[in-house]
Amino acid sequence: MSILEVQNLSISFKKYSKGLRQEQNQVIHNLNVSINRGEIVAVVGSSGSGKSLLAHAILGILPGNATVTGNIFYEGQLLTEQRKEELRGTEIVIIPQSVKFLDPLMKIGSQVQTSVRKRNAVTAQKKIFEKYKLHPTVEKLFPFQLSGGMARRVLVSMAVVSEASVIIADEPTPGLDMEVIKEAENSFRELADNGSGVMIITHDIEFALKVADKIAVFYAGTTVETAPVSDFSGKGENLRHPYTKALWRALPQNEFIPIKGSQPLANDMPAGCPFAPRCEQATSECSEGLPEERYIRDGMVRCIYAT
Amino acid sequence: MQNIVLFIIRKMTRLLSLLCAISIITFILISHSPIDPIQAYIGADMMRVGPEQRENIAENWGLNKPPAEQFYHWGSSLLQGDFGTSMIYRQPVAEIISEKFLNSLALMIIAWILSGVIGFVLGIVAAVKRDKWADRIIKWYCYTLASTPTFWMGLVLLMIFAVWLEWLPIGMGVPAGVLAENVTLTDRIAHLILPALTLSIVGVANIALHTRQKLIEILSSEYILFAKAKGEKGFTLIWRHGIRNVSLPAITLHFAAFSELFGGAVLAEQVFSYPGLGQATVEAGLRGDVPLLLGLVIFSSIFVFAGNLMADLISFIVDPRMKERRSL
Repeated sequence: MSILEVQNLSISFKKYSKGLRQEQNQVIHNLNVSINRGEIVAVVGSSGSGKSLLAHAILGILPGNATVTGNIFYEGQLLTEQRKEELRGTEIVIIPQSVKFLDPLMKIGSQVQTSVRKRNAVTAQKKIFEKYKLHPTVEKLFPFQLSGGMARRVLVSMAVVSEASVIIADEPTPGLDMEVIKEAENSFRELADNGSGVMIITHDIEFALKVADKIAVFYAGTTVETAPVSDFSGKGENLRHPYTKALWRALPQNEFIPIKGSQPLANDMPAGCPFAPRCEQATSECSEGLPEERYIRDGMVRCIYAT
Repeated sequence: MQNIVLFIIRKMTRLLSLLCAISIITFILISHSPIDPIQAYIGADMMRVGPEQRENIAENWGLNKPPAEQFYHWGSSLLQGDFGTSMIYRQPVAEIISEKFLNSLALMIIAWILSGVIGFVLGIVAAVKRDKWADRIIKWYCYTLASTPTFWMGLVLLMIFAVWLEWLPIGMGVPAGVLAENVTLTDRIAHLILPALTLSIVGVANIALHTRQKLIEILSSEYILFAKAKGEKGFTLIWRHGIRNVSLPAITLHFAAFSELFGGAVLAEQVFSYPGLGQATVEAGLRGDVPLLLGLVIFSSIFVFAGNLMADLISFIVDPRMKERRSL
């Protein structure tokens, strides 16, 4: 049984268009993803496509004008808003993108301590600092004084001290050098090895391929394919969705062929498959509604032609 | 430490140049003002004063000399610590200022603290209850107050509490017809309440609206979102991350509001005939009492400057981000 399962998640925002006319702007539609204990799942999609909202929806911290439909299960149990409130910070935690998510006027030490739930906060914080090679003086620093690598270690250490079972990392790599990225990879693997389920939300497909067990490809507000990381090999023959294949081929170390066009915006979605306008295999049938999920060879795909 | 010394030296240089500029400008303005100090001094008896007597008075006060020479004369005695003698009170200016300042100080301190505390709390409540009825009431109250002139507020309070309800005295600093040694502290406090209340009520709006705006910004920040994701909520969340972050700008703003406080005090004191600095300023201006007016201008500049300096010093010392900038 998966530790976290997201089923048919849709998120839309109320928006005022012209004058007082209200518009529902659906940003995420019918998204499915699941994580098992000890597993790292990477949700990969381009920047600004609303991936972070998935994390916020799981934690129940979306802004007030958001409408959420679909179900999220934690250990098989439906997460209501109240349950989310109980679990966030204890069983489900997020590793934020940057130090901007830390209180600018609070010392690092005490901020890490507020994440500790079950043990003595101060000793837990000191221990984790030692483990992540953070000098004891870092405790007394303020967020703006941290370097990029230090910040990353602090943010990860906050997730670790919480001893949560589900850890969601939101864009863990931007602006970091190779060494720090390597460090981040190891820390995620370690968290998974300790029995947590780790979800990494990223635009960095190379990083995702290095660290994850399973890749969920996010396109225009939904997951178009979920595939084990081993399928990303060769010319991408084992991949199911044309977008995933194109993405794989677009990598510099592969064929380096760019995908034509760009993702449709949330307020301008095509009627059927969101990838159809850019897809070489697209036929008229593709524009007849969002393709259903199909399970092929240990993976999921939303494409009527996938084999 | 060295930084702080440097900081203070820089500020003091700025203060000195400010004072020089202000006294020169004020002097020029007064020497061009249509008020004849002699006429203003003598008032209704002007008809009985002959041109010779006029000249004698002018001679006595040095008013017949060119303005530049008057200014030089005034400036050089100021450097020796002599502010000159007030024409209307016939007392040394320094004495008048210190006496009036003590009266005003009580008024301003009470108003400053009350408006600061009430405004800060109202701002926080409004931001936390954003768009709920509590916020609407507070916002309505603040906008109304922000557009209310101080003197009008003073008159309204005077009408309600002094005229209709007769709870509080109608004006002045002490009861009329009582010997100075018989005036009790209770009397003084009773006379202080209305002007202080006027000043505080008007001062609340600024700080409340500022605190509200700042806290709303903070509450929609990424670190509040992350704190929520960590399971913090309700009062702990606001207390731990909201108030900590909003108090610094609020305190800074409130210290920087000394000028408004002083300006408000001038009006409130005038309405309540309260014998403070504000009233003395109005008197000095209307009756062309140049030494007193100049003394008051210099004193109020120092007062406002001190407020701004404290605001700077507080953020300089307390805010860790400023510390970092210092060492760079």
